[in-house]
Amino acid sequence: MTGSDIRAAVAAGVLPAEEQFGALLQSIVDVGRAIFGARAASIFLLDEAADELVFTAVSGEGHESLVGRRFPSGTGVAGWVLVTRQALVIEDVGEDERFAPDAAESTGFVPRALMAAPLLHGEQVLGVLEILDRPRRASFSLGEMDLLSLFAGQAAIALGLLARAREAKAVLEGHAELQPVADLAAALERLEEPRREAAVRLLETLRELLDAPSDR
Amino acid sequence: MLTRDWAWGGSTGRGVRVCILDSGIERGHPLVGTVESAVCVSVDEDGEAIVAEDEVGDLCGHGTACAGIVRSLAPDCELHSVRVLGEGFTGSGPVLLEGLRWAVAHGYDVINMSLSTTKSSFVGALHELADSAYFRRTILVASAHNMPVESYPWRFSSVVSVASHEEPDPFVFYSNPHPPVELFARGLDLEVAWLGGGSLRVTGNSFATPHIAGLCALVLGKHPGLTPFQLKTVLLLTASNVGGGQ
Repeated sequence: MTGSDIRAAVAAGVLPAEEQFGALLQSIVDVGRAIFGARAASIFLLDEAADELVFTAVSGEGHESLVGRRFPSGTGVAGWVLVTRQALVIEDVGEDERFAPDAAESTGFVPRALMAAPLLHGEQVLGVLEILDRPRRASFSLGEMDLLSLFAGQAAIALGLLARAREAKAVLEGHAELQPVADLAAALERLEEPRREAAVRLLETLRELLDAPSDR
Repeated sequence: MLTRDWAWGGSTGRGVRVCILDSGIERGHPLVGTVESAVCVSVDEDGEAIVAEDEVGDLCGHGTACAGIVRSLAPDCELHSVRVLGEGFTGSGPVLLEGLRWAVAHGYDVINMSLSTTKSSFVGALHELADSAYFRRTILVASAHNMPVESYPWRFSSVVSVASHEEPDPFVFYSNPHPPVELFARGLDLEVAWLGGGSLRVTGNSFATPHIAGLCALVLGKHPGLTPFQLKTVLLLTASNVGGGQ
């Protein structure tokens, strides 16, 4: 067990539950879909161990059935965006799903158009954001590309938090003896004043006791 | 004064070998024409590169789009495909690196790289390869990022980095006085070749990049043997906001 494992246990105790991160990601795709007036929006998380992209949040068409569904990380446009770290917009896909097989397979409908951006967090690529079937306007602008990129930046931060929470929970699962540390951190987080102040004093005293030389 | 007419007037890119390092190129696409060679790059468990004849073509459509753009500007250049995508995310970094190593070793005149990596562990090797291309008279044309992230190889000064402008003319390109992005080319709402012999409308820096690769092929068709330094100077002096706007 290392110091970072103990920190992860404390983090697992105080970080919001996975459902709350799920709600944040859902809110991001809902807002993304609304901003672009699109038919659907999705966030795919990269599962590096399985080398697959996983539907993590979906707004609009396919919302009910898609979350949790997986497909190979090298597939279609999403795979290209993931590997190349480049955002792109495709219009006029028409009815031919060869043009965007990943989107067609995954959402159950063949989009006319899609915008896709990589979700980058530092040097890591965490997944892909896709906006499907935004209405075609006479003048598409680079401003919309910038908006997509800004939006992807926000989604990446949320996805990064989710990944860290999952890592912290995984550490806890591997070290059952750390569960009391996580429970203690969670209990402290829930306490209100003045009991919280008293609890902090108690913990401080406990730390002094633990730090004291053993021969005393 | 160095003019566009001097730089590429009358050139069709004949004799220039352009490599598309991407998702492959669909064979027989009417907007692409002849593809002189196509290989697929992978790495084995020991990290050794495996380069084989590519029977697959294009798994995504993107490489075909880039090839079509280069062809539209330089109709008589030779197109070569080095496929570094399609094997999934895991291992894609080493595959990209080995694909570039292979392309540089084969001495193409122009390498179009509409892709980048954010992995810092690849930066050193990529930098060496980009410099090696520069000294071997291979011009590496790479897509820039509009996101606030550190990615490579477009940030290196030995490559030509490209982002998008909003104008519809494929010959309009701007020199950027505020690097690291070096040039802006057509990358907004343009029709490109895609899978199944078809075409569609796309936007992205990855489509601006082959416009500059195509222009490089035109210039090299007329002035074989220019060094990347000389070619960059020609691009600067013929940019629409420098000498080429006249």
